[in-house]
Amino acid sequence: MICWECAGTQAICWVELEAVRRKENRLMSRQMSNPGGELVRSEAPSELLRELVAHLRQNRTQLREEWVVRITETRLLTAMTKEEIFAEATSVYDSYVEALETEAFEALQAYARNLSERIIPRGVETHEVVGIVLLLRDVLARSLFAKYQTDFKKLNRILDAYEPAANRIANTVAVGFVQERERVIRQQQEAIRELSTPVLQVRERLLILPIIGVIDPQRARQLTEQLLRGIRANRAKVVVIDITGVAAMDVTVANHLVQTVEASRLLGARVIVTGLSAEIAQTLVTIGVDLGKMNTVGDLQGGIEQAERLLGYKVVTLAETR
Amino acid sequence: MEVPILKQGEVLIATFQAALSDADLEHLRRGLVQQVVKFRSRGVIVDVTAMDVMDSFASRTLREIAHMIRLRGAETVIVGIQPEVAFAMVQLGLTLEDVATALDLEEGLAYLIEKFKNID
Repeated sequence: MICWECAGTQAICWVELEAVRRKENRLMSRQMSNPGGELVRSEAPSELLRELVAHLRQNRTQLREEWVVRITETRLLTAMTKEEIFAEATSVYDSYVEALETEAFEALQAYARNLSERIIPRGVETHEVVGIVLLLRDVLARSLFAKYQTDFKKLNRILDAYEPAANRIANTVAVGFVQERERVIRQQQEAIRELSTPVLQVRERLLILPIIGVIDPQRARQLTEQLLRGIRANRAKVVVIDITGVAAMDVTVANHLVQTVEASRLLGARVIVTGLSAEIAQTLVTIGVDLGKMNTVGDLQGGIEQAERLLGYKVVTLAETR
Repeated sequence: MEVPILKQGEVLIATFQAALSDADLEHLRRGLVQQVVKFRSRGVIVDVTAMDVMDSFASRTLREIAHMIRLRGAETVIVGIQPEVAFAMVQLGLTLEDVATALDLEEGLAYLIEKFKNID
């Protein structure tokens, strides 16, 4: 049988191997039902694992090197230097064997998280991490084949013990990596969100809210929340919302902007919107905004000047006062 | 629970203490509209700081109070709408059009005094 995944390109592919093993199992079960044949499970799985671990410890240097060569060959972890790969490979190998031996995955999980923390900023992708773990699995399985090729039944039992553990390890590492990645992404999103909504007081009772970039409904909601809280906290009477940095907005967000203006009025603050682009003006006209409710000025400077007038400020140069 | 109406100079102040039933709101409306003429008040402040929900009946009643009081010759200002309440109201389309609003009692008083000055 030829595996549809690797299409026979790998010398020993897991899918093909599984097929062979299944065939062998069928043969054995036939033997079992046959009173003449005998099948004795002499070793418990833990003993097999111990034997396996001993084998992996013994051949540590050779297997580890083989693994590193395979990693380099397949061009995984290109973001890291050879020495780094070797160093990481050593500790991954040891944790791997330890996890096999103790069947405790916490240490490996912690290591995977720690490794992810270090390599994610360097642009290592998920497929690379999963790839190297699967490579190690492959390398170790090959060495088991080489060792037990004369005794197929034993090989079968060894693989029975090895495979579930190896699967769990691969799973743990992959999940650890993805979780770490998601944590980083969440953290960054939060940072961006916090940075993206500054509500600034420029004068007593005058706030400005400069908006830059794309506004999605979620950000719009957050902007509104921040602004309304800001109005309350600073006891603002006038707010200038500057949207010069917003190229376009869809109907939902435009509606949201109008609602923000109205909600601010309910808190007793007037809103001046400045820097509307032609596209946004078009959108607002399309949704039929009541222009009586919306106070707009061409640019931020004009907006602040009008706000100052509303608050009773008058800005004069020193020369004028003399 | 009924809303107490306090007289402070030329201004009547009604402060909501808790969530009100529809009957309480009607009672408040009757009381304010009567007393504004009785005390010859020039302004009314309705303080809704304690309200954390504003349904359509409450907001319509507030609007009616403001319009009726204007017809009786005084000004109304609604103060203390919470940010969350304000946004929820707007989303429901309850925008209290043509009704003056202010941040809190202090702002409301300042607004009315400014208004009286302009009239005098």
